[in-house]
Amino acid sequence: MDLLNSLFFDYTIRTVALGAAVLGIVAGALGSFALLRRQSLLGDAMSHAALPGVLLAFMLTGSKAPVALVLGAAVAGVLATFLLLAITRYSRIKEDAALGVILSVFFGFGLLLLTFLQRNPTAAQAGLNKFLFGQAATLLTRDVVVMALFGGAALLVVVLLWKEFKLLSFDRDFGASLGYPMTVLDALLTILLVIGIVIGLQAVGVVLMSALIVAPAAAARQWTDRLSTMIVVASAFGALAGVAGALISSLGTGLSTGPVVVLVISVIVLLSLLFGAARGLAWAWLRRRRSRRTLRTQAVLANLHDLAVEHHNPHYAHSVATLRAMNRYQGGVRHSLRVLADQGLVHEVTPGNWALTDAGVARAGAADAPAQE
Amino acid sequence: MSSTYLEIQLIAVFVGVACALPGVFLVLRRMAMMSDAISHTVLLGIVLGFFAIGSLESPLLVLAAAAMGVLTVSLVEVLMRTHLVRQDAAIGLVFPALFSIAVILISRFARGVHLDVDAVLLGELAFAPLDRMDLFGFDLPRSLVIMGLTMVANAGLIALFYKELKLTTFDAGLAAALGFSPALIHYGLMLMVSVTAVGAFDAVGSILVVALMIAPPAAAYLLTERLSRMLLYSAALATAGAISGFWLAVALDANVAGAIATTLGALFLGVFLLAPGRGLLAQARRRAGQRWEFAQTALAIHLLNHENTPEMARECRVDHLQYHLRWQPEFAATVVGLSERAGLIQRSNGDLRLTDDGRERAQTALVYN
Repeated sequence: MDLLNSLFFDYTIRTVALGAAVLGIVAGALGSFALLRRQSLLGDAMSHAALPGVLLAFMLTGSKAPVALVLGAAVAGVLATFLLLAITRYSRIKEDAALGVILSVFFGFGLLLLTFLQRNPTAAQAGLNKFLFGQAATLLTRDVVVMALFGGAALLVVVLLWKEFKLLSFDRDFGASLGYPMTVLDALLTILLVIGIVIGLQAVGVVLMSALIVAPAAAARQWTDRLSTMIVVASAFGALAGVAGALISSLGTGLSTGPVVVLVISVIVLLSLLFGAARGLAWAWLRRRRSRRTLRTQAVLANLHDLAVEHHNPHYAHSVATLRAMNRYQGGVRHSLRVLADQGLVHEVTPGNWALTDAGVARAGAADAPAQE
Repeated sequence: MSSTYLEIQLIAVFVGVACALPGVFLVLRRMAMMSDAISHTVLLGIVLGFFAIGSLESPLLVLAAAAMGVLTVSLVEVLMRTHLVRQDAAIGLVFPALFSIAVILISRFARGVHLDVDAVLLGELAFAPLDRMDLFGFDLPRSLVIMGLTMVANAGLIALFYKELKLTTFDAGLAAALGFSPALIHYGLMLMVSVTAVGAFDAVGSILVVALMIAPPAAAYLLTERLSRMLLYSAALATAGAISGFWLAVALDANVAGAIATTLGALFLGVFLLAPGRGLLAQARRRAGQRWEFAQTALAIHLLNHENTPEMARECRVDHLQYHLRWQPEFAATVVGLSERAGLIQRSNGDLRLTDDGRERAQTALVYN
């Protein structure tokens, strides 16, 4: 209750939680498109590439107004993306290497500018490096307002161009054949993704921002095959992780919000991978286990029938050890016998010795009949 | 040039070559982003190793960090094998999670210890010569010795397993059929990348590790078709980037790692634009040449079509080309001029006649003979 109390009434915690929630919603929605278009690592590259943009914006305008820095970062992110596309399009360098080059070179250049500024202090350049690692605790109301404005605008564009973006993500060629300007849409969606990333840098930093693009979308993907549902679920996961991360880090001593948010969303991803509808790993494991058991039970029944045929006596009893030796699926013979006994197909004649019942003879005979010919 | 400058440059070159050599295989195997993941997660290995051993000096830390690098790769592969997420997403899920754990552990339990997240990510090569050690009576910077050894080890291992690396990189199926184990080579390579990343990021930070592992090999990839030359060119480019980056940093009084990444980017951009045959400029020139080449052939075919026909007098004139081939007058004039100079046609009073060369050109293009 104390926690909820502080969520509503503590200014810092409320601001941080609100900022993280906005960020989670925007990143979840835009990340869903990135995930479907196999551009998850583009988010990583763009968040690194934003650094020189932030610094150049500061050098040019001399102000640390969030709007100026966000715009500078967005320009750098878009530039990085177009360079990336140019490299993969006009050379034989593959996307992974192009990403690596763009990411590290832009970030390195940003670092060069940052240290250049710090050693030649003009004025209040301090605090620029919070764009590297993010300090959610320093978020002010005006930062959150800027985040909400930019993020809301990006989401509005997604809603307005919903059909077009859907087409772009799933069947680009079909969209082009319908006459939609797919290249323009592609660029627009990329710019939106850059905006989503850039507004998050200040809160969670470069490295962890890329996680917020990938993780909520990857988790949501496990629960649905519908794009609209996926985006809503991803946004919800993102917001949940944001608020939870803000609250947890407000409890512990010296825990910065960014890493905690990433850990929370990572746990959500893990749970989704395990228990996601239809494709969840846990369900797949249970299904495999069940079908293995069924198979094993049928094998025991067939073995008993084979023995009965060899002994010319349908009700001849055999020891568990014999069945075990015949059963090439390791173990589980006793369990199988119990299952078969429950179905009335076998019965224990003397302790440890089992035989087919009449029903068992009929069932095994029917299953075996074609094979016996 | 003071000895400190010399030492920093030597360290930078050693780091560069040590990173670029395994980087060649990362680029060729399309696993470049694995270097980004590994260079971040080795931090967790170092932190866990530090908790287990209680010292930041122990060489066992390298083992812990390298193990974490290999674990990162395995985790990504396990995730991919579930077919629930694709490779790019798998990388993007694994390394931020592990990195976050490391950051939280440091801020929770290792405050005040020399384990600074900023330093790990950004690195400060300029301070590297301050940490010194004694080797056979020589007083040398620790990073210089470590990175020198790493570079020699990487070069030696690549030379030793050159055939295996080449085979598994270009044709994993054939390698498996011949009895080599692509998986073993793969994990060996990942171990090499991890160890290199650990050694390097202490000196230059993890982002420069990515820049050094990927940018020189990517540029070299545009310069040659041979693996052996690609390794050589990568090492050369890394050396050039390291030294020029150092002097850029001196000139601007800025971070050396950032400056090296910047010069590496400039080198890459230069190669991307100017590489013979594959560069953007060469491509543009080739495309432009092909355009004129094609127009000349089209003209020759047009003339051949109407040669010795009743319409010849009308068709085979310069001023008719804009109707028949829909060429702009200036374009047509240029093509006719080029063709005449190339000896494909002769011109008299605006009438165009094919030469023997021109006839042959048209016939070859149409596969008449």
